[in-house]
Amino acid sequence: MGPKTEYWRVLTEPLVRQNPVTLQILGICSALAVTTTLATAFTMAASLTVVLTLAAGLVSVIRHHIPDTIRLIVQIVIIASLVIVIDQILQAYFAEISRALSVYVGLITTNCLVLGRTEAYARHNRPVAAMVDALGNGLGYSLVLILIGGIRELFGRGELFGARVLPLSESGGWFTPLSLMLLAPSAFFLLGLLVWAIRSWRPEQVEAREHEPPARAKVAE
Amino acid sequence: MAERDVSPWRRFLALPNESRTKTILVAFLVSAICGAFVSLATVYLRPIQTANRAAEEQARIEALVQGIPGMAGILAQSGGVLSTVVIDLASGRVADGIAPDALENALADPGNWTPLDPAEDLAGLGHRPDFVQVFLLRSADEVSLILLPLSGQGYGGRIDAILALRGDTNTIAGLTITQHSETPGLGGRIDEASWQASFPGTELRDAAGEMRFRVAGGPASGVHEVDGITGATRTGRGVTQMVRFWLGPNGYGPFLQAIERGEF
Repeated sequence: MGPKTEYWRVLTEPLVRQNPVTLQILGICSALAVTTTLATAFTMAASLTVVLTLAAGLVSVIRHHIPDTIRLIVQIVIIASLVIVIDQILQAYFAEISRALSVYVGLITTNCLVLGRTEAYARHNRPVAAMVDALGNGLGYSLVLILIGGIRELFGRGELFGARVLPLSESGGWFTPLSLMLLAPSAFFLLGLLVWAIRSWRPEQVEAREHEPPARAKVAE
Repeated sequence: MAERDVSPWRRFLALPNESRTKTILVAFLVSAICGAFVSLATVYLRPIQTANRAAEEQARIEALVQGIPGMAGILAQSGGVLSTVVIDLASGRVADGIAPDALENALADPGNWTPLDPAEDLAGLGHRPDFVQVFLLRSADEVSLILLPLSGQGYGGRIDAILALRGDTNTIAGLTITQHSETPGLGGRIDEASWQASFPGTELRDAAGEMRFRVAGGPASGVHEVDGITGATRTGRGVTQMVRFWLGPNGYGPFLQAIERGEF
């Protein structure tokens, strides 16, 4: 297998088969919080992908010189600095969206997905491979965010990217917005349904049972 | 390697990762470089962010004025422009010699701030500026609308707001929150239009002149209350105290009396 196909595999693997959100259930806090509209979901996804890719590259460049005892702190410092810079850029150039994302951009720092990839992959691989892996994971995360954000905006407001798609009943159309879609629980339901759908399609993702339910006691005669 | 390498950088890189020197140096270098990077980005982007915030505040003031019933007509009459006045809070008069664009410089001087006694510091500010920029809208030689910037301590941090008062200096015409750091979904809902919609028509003082305004614990009862937000008691209290402080004797009180006397 040549290096090219290897990179391609590393990039595409996390999209569905090893998707960080639906398989590993990582980073769902932000995935639930920012998906009320497509625009915020998209910005969040892009920010996370950029942070993840750059952090993986930087950690990988200095991977031979990170003392094991302080490796988590070093990684977090690098990630946190990147997040602050991204947050500042968003505040300067995308003030509107930055306000909608509020604290969640800052919380990329604590997103398990980012630390998980730098710790598990970037620390042991060459920069290019690490960045490709990070990009793949970022895209896998983005895919889920955009999908859920799209469904929530479409059914919650009848819009996509702020443009009217379904005519609202209050202005003469037929669609009544489901306000549940704009609340946090709907993101749980959608994510659950998505995980269920993917695992029915690819049964190899189903985890082994941790407990067997006890055999039901026979009813005493 | 028989000879020791001359370059200190190479010697540093060649150290075993677990040695104490290398651990400390790596930690120091990573934090120094990251710190420099973050500072550069912040300093470089600050002017753009400040301009954004100023534009946003202007837009909010305009939206606030537009949202008040009957204001669009008055705005059209007076040419759609609000007059800006810098006032001296202690005397309630126009602050001579301080133009609106010189206000920022004046407030950079700590001498232009008054420390507040804990007993009178309802809004939890510690000290207040002596000069504030307010906006007035006139119709037929009378002040018809007063826009007052407020700030106070909320649950998560400082809340900045702009309160619009009618010309009688007692009836609220609207409120808009310009900056806050309350919990998203709870106290953070103070920036929602649906909550702010309960402000217009609320009265500050009763017939005896006693300050009665407050954010209620639940739905508003009476003309002096606005609806509370479920799960945001402390944010609501913060807003109550902020309004009470700024419209009281240590805030805009003297200025509002001057308006009632017809000095503006």
